[in-house]
Amino acid sequence: MQIVCSREGATLRVALTGEIDQHFAAEARAKLDPLLGDGRIRRLIFDLSGVAFMDSSGVGMILGRYRKLTSFGGSMDITGAKAGVDRVLRMSGVYGLCTKGGGI
Amino acid sequence: MNNELTVGFPSLSRNESLARGVAAQFVSLMDPTVEELSDVRTAVSEAVTNAIVHGYGGAGGTVTMKLVSEGDLFTVTVSDEGRGIGDIERAMKPFYTTDPQSERSGLGFSVMEAFMDSVSVVSAPGEGTSVTMKKLLRRE
Repeated sequence: MQIVCSREGATLRVALTGEIDQHFAAEARAKLDPLLGDGRIRRLIFDLSGVAFMDSSGVGMILGRYRKLTSFGGSMDITGAKAGVDRVLRMSGVYGLCTKGGGI
Repeated sequence: MNNELTVGFPSLSRNESLARGVAAQFVSLMDPTVEELSDVRTAVSEAVTNAIVHGYGGAGGTVTMKLVSEGDLFTVTVSDEGRGIGDIERAMKPFYTTDPQSERSGLGFSVMEAFMDSVSVVSAPGEGTSVTMKKLLRRE
């Protein structure tokens, strides 16, 4: 599992690779929260094109980061989810929180 | 061809990937579709995560996973000897979580129910939890 963050102005793009379960979600939280904690990031993009597997623990991790971001008035989008990952995301309703309103 | 495999492992979060990998290998012998295989991996991951996070919490214990194939019917039972569930109906409600502060999505059972044909839970406080899920492989 790999997390690659790239920042451009107030936008943070987070590319995740591998399998996101509860074990990995804890790692992702620890890595992302320091970047989101000061309110300078206003737009967060999760690039899931490299994610082969995700369960509801991954959804919990994404929702938690969303809450952190919106407490500063930011917005979120999710891109590149493969079929299995996309099904879990759709079930959770998390796409409804994205500015594009769906996977992009 | 009927087949059966029972494995036990300590309640460590890194064993979530081990468990769904073993389940996927077992189901692969039944010639599933890519989607069916993905469904089983996800449902098993949810059940094993529940056993580790909710069944045992911080305390250690053994999670047991029993896999059975009978013709096209796949059955998996994930059991723990942890704290158990008092109100099973409430625990299975979408978005219900015992621990809102810890960012659990509350979707574990909902995902299991969506991805498998049936989910049954046997549990009582202090007596552990056993989750049995069935899926008929249709290969469509």
